[in-house]
Amino acid sequence: MLNLLYLLAAVSFILALKMLSSPKTAVAGNLTGAVGMLVAIVATLYAGGVVDFPTVLAGLALGSVFGLLLAIFTPMTAMPEMVGLLNGFGGAASALVASAELLRVQNTPEETMGMVAIVAIALSLLIGWVTFTGSMVAFLRLREWILGGRPTLFPGQHWLNLALFLGAVVAGILLVQKPEVGTPFYVLTVLASILGIGLTIPIGGADMPVVICLLNSYSGMAACTTGFVLNNNGLIISGSLVGASGIILTNIMCKAMNRSFTNVLFGGFGATVQEVAAAGPGGPKTVRRGDAEEAAMILESARTVVIAPGYGMAVAQAQHAVKELADELAKRGIDVKYAIHPVAGRMPGHMNVLLAEAQVPYDQLWEMEKINPLFPETDVVLVIGANDVVNPAARTDPSSPIYGMPILDVDRARTVMVIKRSLNPGFAGIDNPLYYLPNTMMLFGDAKKMALELAEALRQL
Amino acid sequence: MESLVMMLTVFVLAVFVGFEVISKVPPLLHTPLMSGSNAISGVTVLGAIIATGAAITTGMKWLGFFAVVLAMTNVVGGFAVTHRMLGMFRRKK
Repeated sequence: MLNLLYLLAAVSFILALKMLSSPKTAVAGNLTGAVGMLVAIVATLYAGGVVDFPTVLAGLALGSVFGLLLAIFTPMTAMPEMVGLLNGFGGAASALVASAELLRVQNTPEETMGMVAIVAIALSLLIGWVTFTGSMVAFLRLREWILGGRPTLFPGQHWLNLALFLGAVVAGILLVQKPEVGTPFYVLTVLASILGIGLTIPIGGADMPVVICLLNSYSGMAACTTGFVLNNNGLIISGSLVGASGIILTNIMCKAMNRSFTNVLFGGFGATVQEVAAAGPGGPKTVRRGDAEEAAMILESARTVVIAPGYGMAVAQAQHAVKELADELAKRGIDVKYAIHPVAGRMPGHMNVLLAEAQVPYDQLWEMEKINPLFPETDVVLVIGANDVVNPAARTDPSSPIYGMPILDVDRARTVMVIKRSLNPGFAGIDNPLYYLPNTMMLFGDAKKMALELAEALRQL
Repeated sequence: MESLVMMLTVFVLAVFVGFEVISKVPPLLHTPLMSGSNAISGVTVLGAIIATGAAITTGMKWLGFFAVVLAMTNVVGGFAVTHRMLGMFRRKK
């Protein structure tokens, strides 16, 4: 009976993922998944051999409250952090379950542990703790509490990680030979935790979309290995679904950056950038600096305006101000579109969520492939807090670290306006020739403030 | 051995279903898809409930309790935030 209900839950998860891939059915899909989870939890409480109800129910209640508080009060700009944090929680939970199961068998003399279960315990510990500490690093970096946006690199880093991994594998083998909470268990736990940190710190802020996807996939795999520990098909199915979907998203993100999977994992993007920048063309480069009034006049006479947002819009919480500006333009009969690069922001789809929060209808959001052919016909492109994803060097300069990455071809528009705080290069630390083009006007300032000033200047005209 | 083959069968098939189901998601929905699948990965809460419910030592009970709290935070937080996010997506009025 229990397994039948787990099957029902697994089917609801499959349907949920399927329905989440279309805007029309997404809400229903998410609810389907939630109902499936509820069924599975109630079924487990009812038929899972639970003796100690107060502890279990207290845990469920506490987790629900935490979860709801996080879900209600996390601002949309902080979604990458939140997803990162929750991934970590899932990974840690799987590792803890594996630990508890090991303890249980150790304390039940009449029961011996099967080979499958104990191998799965070792894997759960490894994947679970890597997911946990890796997610914590990603979370802290996204919050900008530690490390900053640049990759953290030091000599011998990959060898150290390899050594940590091999050490964890050896500890795992020892654990399999003698399944108990002893030295190999502790060593495995500690090495896996350090490995999670070691694998995540070389990945800089600009590559965060990939990391978040990958950790999502890991948390699914951790749940899956826990399923092997407990001989539970429900966990195996759901965990592997999430593992697979995470891998697909990771792949989409890598393609959007024209980088291979291994390059993102081990590349330390931006590590060689200093040299490249130093060797770059010297001499003074001129920038055309504009102000809100001047820009408003150009905007007013435009027929088509495309807004290209980036992470800077999220940092400045400028999405509502941008919407206000777009409304002012629309009032004047100007056609406004948004150009969304697949890796703009710090997680897949980050810009879409922010603009949705500001009530921008999603049919105004254009994907890169669809909007790129329209740029030559566009009067004004307004780049707001985006940098690498609009850098024409990706198309023209083979020495650029981002050469070959698909970009938004904003430089082909008649006029480009860039709202940016300063000329400092972005997270990846790469100079952007877009800023020095004759048809580019730089609007220096905070994204939110500048968008509001532009809207105000339009009203004044 | 029998049960391992069974579990591996389920695993392999589920991976294929996963690839098949997700392969075409518009970028618009990448974030909700991630937070939604994130909530599903909290399914480990079932394992946590079983482990806690069968606890025979205090140490086990605490491990299980933490696992339940973390996994349930993942489940509820994931589904709730996805719902909140999706509520914001709308077409032109």
